[in-house]
Amino acid sequence: MSSEYLIEVEDLKQYFPIKTGFFKTTPLKAVDGVSFHIKPGETLGLVGESGCGKTTVGRSILRLYEPTGGTIKFNGKEVTAKNMQEYRKHMQMVFQDPYSSLNPRMTVEDIIGEPLDVHKLYSNKAERREKILDLMELVGLNAEHATRYAHEFSGGQRQRIGIARALAVNPQFIVCDEAVSALDVSIQAQVINMFEDLQEKLGVAYLFIAHDLLVVRHISNRIAVMYLGKIVEIGEADEVYDHPVHPYTESLLSAVPIPDPVIAKQSQRIVLTGDVPSPMNMPTGCPFRTRCRYATEKCAAECPSLKDRGNGHMVACHNR
Amino acid sequence: MEQQEKMPKKNLFSAQIDLAKFEKATEEEKRQQDVMSESTTFFKDGMRKLMKNPLAVMSLIFLTFILIVIIFAPMVVPYSYSQIISVNGVRDKTAKNLAPFEYSENELAYIEEGGKVFPHIMGTDEMCRDYFIRVVYGTRVSLAIGLFASVLVLIIGLLYGSISGYLGGKVDLIMMRIVDIIYSLPDMLIIILLSVVLNETLSSVIEGTIFSKLGVNMIALFIVYGLLYWVSMARLVRGQILTIKNNDYVLAAKATGAKSGRIIRKHIIPNCISVIFISTALQIPSAIFTESYLSFLGLGVQAPMPSLGSLADVARSGLQSYPHKLLFPAIVICLIVLSFNLLGDGLRDAFDPKLKK
Repeated sequence: MSSEYLIEVEDLKQYFPIKTGFFKTTPLKAVDGVSFHIKPGETLGLVGESGCGKTTVGRSILRLYEPTGGTIKFNGKEVTAKNMQEYRKHMQMVFQDPYSSLNPRMTVEDIIGEPLDVHKLYSNKAERREKILDLMELVGLNAEHATRYAHEFSGGQRQRIGIARALAVNPQFIVCDEAVSALDVSIQAQVINMFEDLQEKLGVAYLFIAHDLLVVRHISNRIAVMYLGKIVEIGEADEVYDHPVHPYTESLLSAVPIPDPVIAKQSQRIVLTGDVPSPMNMPTGCPFRTRCRYATEKCAAECPSLKDRGNGHMVACHNR
Repeated sequence: MEQQEKMPKKNLFSAQIDLAKFEKATEEEKRQQDVMSESTTFFKDGMRKLMKNPLAVMSLIFLTFILIVIIFAPMVVPYSYSQIISVNGVRDKTAKNLAPFEYSENELAYIEEGGKVFPHIMGTDEMCRDYFIRVVYGTRVSLAIGLFASVLVLIIGLLYGSISGYLGGKVDLIMMRIVDIIYSLPDMLIIILLSVVLNETLSSVIEGTIFSKLGVNMIALFIVYGLLYWVSMARLVRGQILTIKNNDYVLAAKATGAKSGRIIRKHIIPNCISVIFISTALQIPSAIFTESYLSFLGLGVQAPMPSLGSLADVARSGLQSYPHKLLFPAIVICLIVLSFNLLGDGLRDAFDPKLKK
């Protein structure tokens, strides 16, 4: 059975046990009931503040962490711990830090060739080398650099190496975990454009995790906003940006700097009061209610679920 | 300025860039951006740094010299470590406690007759044996014990530490508490007790095997050293593995589907091997030192096999008359231990700049 969606995540839960006493452990609910889906060749942007569980979602989908609950379907078939090995060819990841994500003792050739080695995707040495050089060309690296070590490259080049490694197995889906956050702005633009080119050429789907809202808007077809392990709003990129419904999305978007000082002066920033509650001690009901200006008693009693506000724009809020 | 006019005028204080002040990069300059320095491997780079360290280079030269001497000296010098000097086939009773380069009465007489006698570079001992060859053999024994004991420590420590570090969780907790217990034992006392006990029990076990040639004491020394000193190595390895396994590249390898064996082989070991080798190099002098003091206490290798420690012990009794007999083994111990320490420090500075003291 094939499905319309490439990736379907249903009620994903990821709890980490934290030692709170001598014998007691309290679960840290990093991701608590997240559901979304991604079509082939589509980019879903995932935004939210630090520590809200964005990265964990990405890693749980790839089963780098064993999820506590929920299902992940790839092309309509459920991905489990047992058959994960076969899906590793279809799902890959690009990491945030281009410095720590490349082994300093391996040459570029070996780094990019590792997925090929693991899945035995070549029949002889010459074929392996050819494939690696093709990948390097694809991401705009010089073929002469194949025998060099990662520390000899700049941040942008290192990220390209990381992307080439992810592309080596010809995946249909790539999790970009803050893939451009560690780069400076001009390099960010290059890498983002490369992501878009690759999507056009290869038809890969991205889960693009970032905290830079403008970058996410630029690259994403749809956007999901996370707060404390839950998705609070999800919809078409322009729809979410132009008509944010959830009060958290509203304040998040109002914090985006506007390059024109005249307009910036007129715009109103919605400043949230208070701190993010600890994920080990979550407020009852809606997790955002402690900082929400619309909060009512209903919010404390009952956690709002995602409801469609038309056109696939889903919002989890009682009041808006 | 044509270009300037094209640009729209903005606010007076805005940080608008004057494009006229810039010029385009030439092809040559663009190319230069791409050129990188000569590629060096990690090993080459480390060796280059090591060769710049004069102390380490001197230690390396000295150790090579010692190695050449202990390998080739027994081939050149016509005496053996357990053989009483004989002149013309007759045992020379007069060759007792000679000073360096001194000949005994019988030897002098033989030289008079036109015979040739190899000089006693360090004199002879109280049993009429050539002292130089005894020091050479003693150095052999001490170095061999140092080397083998360190390798034993490396093997036990590496296995224990990597299991503990890689598995983590409860396994790690229990394994590390065991290490803590062993660490807290007074090592001098345990070494002495163990070597006494092992000497008794081992002799029956190894009889008839090739090990019996080495002598019970020597084997006991390896075991004692291996049993006690692996703990610090295990801790070091565990710490290294704990930091490396949380690196993104290990996660990336997991994401590509690499199995644990491959991750350990390709990612973890290559990244901690330099630290481990350096501390093994630093372990050697400490093993030599332990061997020396155990031999000095009479728990070391069996007579007539000499070791630097037992030579020093024997020399102690005749210290007032023949101080040079203590001097030679003592100097050799000092220099070997010093060279290994300096070399180890040099290696650490060259290969692991993070681990500086």
